[in-house]
Amino acid sequence: MIDSRTIRLFLLCAGLLFAAAVTATPRIATWQTANGAKVLFVEAPEIPMVDVRVVFDAGSARDGAKHGVTSFTNSLLTEGAGDWSAYQIAERMENVGAQLEVGSLRDMAWVSVRSLTERKALSISLETLATVLAKPRFAPDDIERERQSILASLLQDEQSPGSVGQKRLYRLVFGDHPYAADPEGTAESVKSLTREDLLAAHQRLYVARNALVAIVGAVDKARARDIAEQVTVALPAGEAAPPIPPVEALQQAVEERIPFPSTQSHLYLGQPGMRRGDPDYFPLYVGNHILGGSGLVSLLSEEVREKRGLSYSVYSYFLPMRQFGLFQLGLQTKNEQAEEALRVVKSTLERFIGEGPTEEELQAAKQNITGGFPLRVASNGKIVEYLAVIGFYGLPLDYLDTFTEKVRDITREGIRDAFKRRVDPDRLVRVRVGRLSPPVAQVAEDAGGAKQ
Amino acid sequence: MRRLMMGLALLGLGLSHVQAGVVERQLENGMKVIVKQDRRAPIAVSQVWYKVGSSYEHGGITGISHVLEHMMFKGTQQHPPGEFSRIIAANGGNENAFTGRDYTAYFQTMASDRLEVSFELEADRMRNLLLLPEEFEKEVEVVKEERRMRTEDKPQSLTYERFLAGAYETSPYRIPVIGWMADLDALEVEDLQVWYRKWYAPNNATLVVVGDVEPEQVIRLAQRHFGALRPEMVARPKPRTEPSQRGSKRMRVKVPARQPYLVLGFKTPVIGKAEEAWEPYALEMLAYVLDGGSSARLANNLIRGDELAVSADASYSAFSRLPGMLVLDAVPTPGTAMDVVEAALLKEIARFKHELVSEEEMERVRNQIIAAKVYEKDSVFYQAMLIGQLETVGLDWRLADDYVGHLKAVTAQQIRQVANKYLREDNLSVAVLEPLPMDEGVAMLTASGVDDD
Repeated sequence: MIDSRTIRLFLLCAGLLFAAAVTATPRIATWQTANGAKVLFVEAPEIPMVDVRVVFDAGSARDGAKHGVTSFTNSLLTEGAGDWSAYQIAERMENVGAQLEVGSLRDMAWVSVRSLTERKALSISLETLATVLAKPRFAPDDIERERQSILASLLQDEQSPGSVGQKRLYRLVFGDHPYAADPEGTAESVKSLTREDLLAAHQRLYVARNALVAIVGAVDKARARDIAEQVTVALPAGEAAPPIPPVEALQQAVEERIPFPSTQSHLYLGQPGMRRGDPDYFPLYVGNHILGGSGLVSLLSEEVREKRGLSYSVYSYFLPMRQFGLFQLGLQTKNEQAEEALRVVKSTLERFIGEGPTEEELQAAKQNITGGFPLRVASNGKIVEYLAVIGFYGLPLDYLDTFTEKVRDITREGIRDAFKRRVDPDRLVRVRVGRLSPPVAQVAEDAGGAKQ
Repeated sequence: MRRLMMGLALLGLGLSHVQAGVVERQLENGMKVIVKQDRRAPIAVSQVWYKVGSSYEHGGITGISHVLEHMMFKGTQQHPPGEFSRIIAANGGNENAFTGRDYTAYFQTMASDRLEVSFELEADRMRNLLLLPEEFEKEVEVVKEERRMRTEDKPQSLTYERFLAGAYETSPYRIPVIGWMADLDALEVEDLQVWYRKWYAPNNATLVVVGDVEPEQVIRLAQRHFGALRPEMVARPKPRTEPSQRGSKRMRVKVPARQPYLVLGFKTPVIGKAEEAWEPYALEMLAYVLDGGSSARLANNLIRGDELAVSADASYSAFSRLPGMLVLDAVPTPGTAMDVVEAALLKEIARFKHELVSEEEMERVRNQIIAAKVYEKDSVFYQAMLIGQLETVGLDWRLADDYVGHLKAVTAQQIRQVANKYLREDNLSVAVLEPLPMDEGVAMLTASGVDDD
């Protein structure tokens, strides 16, 4: 099956938190576990299931010199814990139809469970979750297998022009900052990581005061309290991870062209963007929605795709993080027209920074964001992600309740002002991955089509 | 891996206290309307499904259904190009469309009081699309970029495309949904006009609505907007039955890549066309036993166990219009030879032929499917998707209700029987991605000195 107009995927990055109160927002309860983990809970009685997501400040920003260690650590949690092998962990969960997943990015790492509320299923799920969090084995065999898996994943990235470009963009935008490195590390760093490194990362970061527990489901608050205690009780209290250093602004424009044997060039423009809870969050968020965050109706899409047919996907987004995350624009187009597409993107961005949106564009964006609010919180799966972000970044608990109001308050001038201060088109990182000088024969083949 | 998260594996309807009734009605012009109430959130998804996709296409116009899907956003008499998306956005909606082998579908998710907005727009473009030549010229280029992005520059996708094209002799499942590049190059707007007339009519469409709505009201609303649309003579597609395979096939696909990749498949029956009604369900169970999670056989024996593969998957769809394949694919661990991985996959298949699946494994699959049916209630979109997909491949949406029951009824002996009957060497196709060096490719390309601008 082809999902043919899926540009909206990028909205997931752009606005994990673009919601507010047209209708009832989920009522969030919060407390701390006995050993100091923060808990956020929403009761959702309709479906006999529960989602539990435990988030740690244990993303690759905590790697230090050992690139990839937090991601490696996170992926090993379910590969053996307590008395159980990887198979036994999977078997326990799957026997009762429960789902167990791990994941990590630059800021956070998490383990999540989805289970039926049926007594036996939930009890097994929670026991398993508590054990993988607190008692991972890090057995040498499991480490070596996982190492091979990560190395294979890095190889996979090397054959993807998109991954190559994205990684390079991060390095150039973030320089010496911990956000620069790829969360998975490099082949070299992954090969050098030892069991001691993994144990140390786990001991330091997988502790209660560095954790956030998000719970959504058909349980009452008393039961949610028990759940939160049960999944964190075996964690040492520990300490919250120290602050991450601020991201420095780029001093100059940087351009890099990476030769790659692909039919398309992937183009990336980037700069440090904004943080969670940023005072400019709302004008930048709404402004970007207009510029390149609203799929087919965005300005970038209008200029690049609708008017000129240059690209299937073109977008821009801010990824707000603990410190300034990436502000990124991107597209893919056949090699021969890469420079043309780049010129269109740059001029669209420059015009937007110079002039800001029109009143009609702003109204349309506000209608879309506020009118679409009920969709953002329409499932337990979405709500638990919101809780994780609100809790992890310490956003106010009424964040969702006040969101539409804050969006409605945004003005054209506010957007123009924020973009002028926060985005500098003369100091962008530009990365292009693709065939920079294709031989004549290759051009002819591309133009002529099929390679049977 | 994670087969439970994929495709039609999560079929079904959920528990009674969240499950309200489903109302089904056929309008006089032949359009079917199916409405399912789900009051959890004040939203509704509306989907229009057409019985047309790449498996309705023939050589020379491959990809036309998908290009037409793109053009459906490019204007009618009443609404100029792009306005469809702008109206939906202004109503807080989320919209998109997708094309598959057996269907083309359009959807909007909005606050449930906006349902009429979507009906009005969908009814308009069902019969009144303009297909402007200047819009087509641009949009077909967008689709070619999509093809480059999804297939040409993705070694595994390219291999998979060639695998399907080589494995099937006559079945239209050999046609890539996105179409061959040469056909996209040769496509003309007149082709689209014919295709649109032929398939876009109320009697070839199913409207599915799931959400916080009153079903009878939705039916009336549908009648108001779609009821007056003129039906079309819609010819049933020719059967194009795949002849039985006479011996295994092998393909090598050479692409600049870092990693080898293997995909293999056995021709299998589907629901409605199997010799025995239970056979497709037995094949579903077999696929789950191979790949229903991290405790299933592929993960346990190939990824862990002998550590031959970093990923290994099995997939089978009992609910397609035409017979397909049970497909396995794998990426070997660095340093493991491809034929070793292939042998290991085939060994897992062979096991089913002489060894009965344990009751423990059967029970685990059943419990996963039962739980998945509860979880799927978390998404109105997915619930609508199941109904639309079943209807559009020519089955009854109520089959979703019976899915768990059918799977539960499958015995270990039946799994052994379908393995022996269908998973035979003469019925096998294999494609192997053989990586070409990427650096040499680049060096060769950059040395020519021809500017690309």
